[in-house]
Amino acid sequence: MDSDKSTDPLIVMRGVSFSRGTRTIFRDLNLTVARGSITAIMGGSGAGKSTLLGLIGGRLRPAQGTVEVAGLRVSDLPRKALFALRQRMGMMFQSNALLTDLSVYENVAFPMREHTRLSDALIRHLVLMKLELVGLRGARDLYPAELSGGMARRVALARAIALDPMMVMYDEPFTGLDPISMGVIVKLIRELNDALSMTSIIVTHDVAEACTIADYIYLLGNGRVVAEGTPQDIQKTESPEVRQFMAGLPDGPVAFHYPAAEYISDLQQGEALR
Amino acid sequence: MIRIVVNSLSELGRRVIAGVGRLGRAALFLGRLAPSLGVSLTRFRLIIQQLYMTGVLTFVIILVSGAFVGMILALQGYNTLVRYDAQSSLGLLVALSLTRELGPVLAALLFAGRAGSALTAEIGLMKATEQLAGMEMMAVDPLTRVVAPRFWAGWMAVPLLAMIFSAIGILGAYVVAVGDLGLDGGVFWSQMQSGVSVTNDILGGLIKSVVFGFVVSWIAVFEGYDAHPTSEGVSRATTRTVVSSSLAILGLDFIMTAFMLRGL
Repeated sequence: MDSDKSTDPLIVMRGVSFSRGTRTIFRDLNLTVARGSITAIMGGSGAGKSTLLGLIGGRLRPAQGTVEVAGLRVSDLPRKALFALRQRMGMMFQSNALLTDLSVYENVAFPMREHTRLSDALIRHLVLMKLELVGLRGARDLYPAELSGGMARRVALARAIALDPMMVMYDEPFTGLDPISMGVIVKLIRELNDALSMTSIIVTHDVAEACTIADYIYLLGNGRVVAEGTPQDIQKTESPEVRQFMAGLPDGPVAFHYPAAEYISDLQQGEALR
Repeated sequence: MIRIVVNSLSELGRRVIAGVGRLGRAALFLGRLAPSLGVSLTRFRLIIQQLYMTGVLTFVIILVSGAFVGMILALQGYNTLVRYDAQSSLGLLVALSLTRELGPVLAALLFAGRAGSALTAEIGLMKATEQLAGMEMMAVDPLTRVVAPRFWAGWMAVPLLAMIFSAIGILGAYVVAVGDLGLDGGVFWSQMQSGVSVTNDILGGLIKSVVFGFVVSWIAVFEGYDAHPTSEGVSRATTRTVVSSSLAILGLDFIMTAFMLRGL
């Protein structure tokens, strides 16, 4: 995997810094994603995982550093070139972001209708093929409001691969799913990645799923990469930060308590108010 | 005491500055939207769809309100005119009131309440549910695909609705005047025909409604696109659309009427 990474990376982030207001999200972040791999980006809530996808997709621009996708500097691309690059990127949002006024069929057809001049007959073929892949060919006439959480996510997946992208970004694909739907999504991500020779980036905090599916894992914390490696490497790491995250311990380097004044003196201040 | 005055003055200042800042943001938004307006004209089907959503669905309320306003105008107008034995001018009075003022203004107010608020809520909710971000990631510009067709549709719908409002209002007045008040139908129409000028009255009203359509649609799509992506944010934006549109319509109506009556 390591040799693969150095020879043919699809995404390279170098020295990336990014802040929202006064809050620093990333400080000198370095990260590469190998072509054809499934890379999981993990970290606690608020570690900036979704922000990372925003930077890769060019929706956000880094304050410092560079983000390269397929050899193109995303942050420097003019709008037209950025949109051309995005046609080769699929993205599955945590909220699925399905267009609520369109049916399942039209949602999957949407990118094709917007970006190609294919005939309706051909689009029908392609849409049914994508829906068949996710097992929802029979649900084509339903509307997003009529879908269960797991079904909606599968539709979002079918739409993300509608234009046969070189890569797909998944924002928290396992959140809020029942065990069966979760198993389906895990299987689909792996199979689609391999069958369509894509590169997948999964942002998640689900340790177990990430370890089963990912080829390589980045663990983020405090705006930097805390640990990286194959799932086996990560699980063997002795660093307390990694151990706390992987084992789900409530207290450790990531404190249980939000920073506050000393407990006793805080309570005593209430006494003074009497 | 001084403190209260200073505080309320500074509060007033803050609000004025915030208002001016918002106006600036709305203007910048319009600037960003301008290229998309051109592009979206090439996909007229989307505009037709929105014209249905905004225009046709406002149609019933326009019909009913127009008919009632016309009937009320006939009753009130007759009541006054009959004192001077001038009831034969009732048709003219109704037609002038509707085409010059009430048609454009009331149609635009009703449109803002019925369709403008819906436009804001729809765009705001699309933003809150990441549908707009999703489009961007699919390399589709939401300004061109979502906002521009709605803007065009709103802009086109208001003048059409205003004309329908006036026409229905005149018919409503005719029913009351001839059916109930016993006026002669021929007199009703002939007075109107000789007294209403196409260039001054009808065209003047049309110009007003075109301006109202532009402003209401602009406010509606801006508020939706600028809404905080939360349920509270969307509900505030919807309210702001109705309030700002109504004030803008009435304010602009005064200015345009002043110019039209006195000449430039």
